[in-house]
Amino acid sequence: MQNDIPKGASYPPGTPTQADIDAEIADIRANRPTSSDPNWGAHRTLVDYPPYRSSILRHPSANLELVDPETIELHSPAFGHRDVHWTEYDLTQMVNGEPQGERIVVTGRVVDADGRPARNQLIEIWQANAGGRYRQKKERHPAPLDPNFNGVGRTLTDDEGNYTFVTIKPGPYPWPNHQNAWRPAHIHFSVFGNQFTERMVTQMYFPGDPLMPLDPIFQSITSEKGQKSLIADYDHDVSVPDWALGYRWDIVLNGSNRTWFESIDGPEEEH
Amino acid sequence: MGKLYPTADQTVGPYYAIGMEYEGSEELVPHGSVGSITLSGYVYDGKGNPVPDAVLEIWQTDAEGNVPQESGGIKRKAGGFSGFGRSGSDDEGYYQFTTVLPAPTEDGKAPFFAVIVFARGLLARLHTRIYVPGAATDADPFLQRLSPERRATLVATEVPGGLRHDIHLQGEKETVFLAFN
Repeated sequence: MQNDIPKGASYPPGTPTQADIDAEIADIRANRPTSSDPNWGAHRTLVDYPPYRSSILRHPSANLELVDPETIELHSPAFGHRDVHWTEYDLTQMVNGEPQGERIVVTGRVVDADGRPARNQLIEIWQANAGGRYRQKKERHPAPLDPNFNGVGRTLTDDEGNYTFVTIKPGPYPWPNHQNAWRPAHIHFSVFGNQFTERMVTQMYFPGDPLMPLDPIFQSITSEKGQKSLIADYDHDVSVPDWALGYRWDIVLNGSNRTWFESIDGPEEEH
Repeated sequence: MGKLYPTADQTVGPYYAIGMEYEGSEELVPHGSVGSITLSGYVYDGKGNPVPDAVLEIWQTDAEGNVPQESGGIKRKAGGFSGFGRSGSDDEGYYQFTTVLPAPTEDGKAPFFAVIVFARGLLARLHTRIYVPGAATDADPFLQRLSPERRATLVATEVPGGLRHDIHLQGEKETVFLAFN
């Protein structure tokens, strides 16, 4: 039968294919830094990661300078109910009506490397809608905007470091890194800890997404443990009958670059 | 031992503004208020081109060297000071904050802004500092450990109305970025 599926974009000459990117990812993974490399551990995520083309001119070349944190860095900014209205945890209720898509609950706990909760700290999230479209002018993916979904949420952790968001599952979306490049579905998380040294921005992914192995942003983390740290667990106990599926994603903040990698992240980690 | 495995960083991506922008994020104190200064500069990539989609966050003491511990980082209180600010870079790579000069937290320490840089294309956060120029900064033991060229990337320049400080993510003038003990 005939069909009207578009043939896809025409790319400038030299635009890498997915196979090209896959080969680069495999090569870096095979030769990834080890714990004897002085700059390893400083970046759990490799900042010098050419398969993500935008990183090439935007990563420092020198090693990070090791320094004792000073008083201000050992504290964190304080946020309160003045800053975050309690309803901002629910991204499905920010406009007049219900957004399109699969309603989900995302919950978890924010702790530091010693297991101490990040109490009453700010979490900001942002994401694409169910069709993979962000609500921003620069965004050019021809998927529909959803008038009932802004894709932005905020909350404060409780006294035990727990947080909860209600949202819809974001869609994957195309991006211009290489030919036929698609980002796996993800939610951006911006998190504050008990110290400014722990401040982190990252992305949460969904279990079983077939795009994760193909994605140079996700693959910039070369260890399996590191990759797993970004994938939420489906948690049936979090799912709400007749209402939403539940995901659990705990966040461990890392202020010191030394304490953990020497003790728990030796070169044998993947055996 | 017994440390938990840390969650990995990822880039803020091109659409960070959806989630991280809020009104007044660059104004730690009202523009034009007594004692206010402008801290501003440009963010550049390894070819010296402006980075139009970076986010800088600053975290600092008040003018007396106290660590702020009151809420209001998103919605500033009248007369309050949360010590936290956030500025996205514009199409020229320019960022700016309206704030007060930080002061030493302990006698003999050099005053600085704690800074984090995020950007599209930058896969993990980068910590750095912007030191206030002066005698205490000249004598700071950490800064003295660095070569003059590297040290210069951490010390702001006095300009009328405040301080100017550029961030170079890569290249000859690459900013010194930090890892913490």
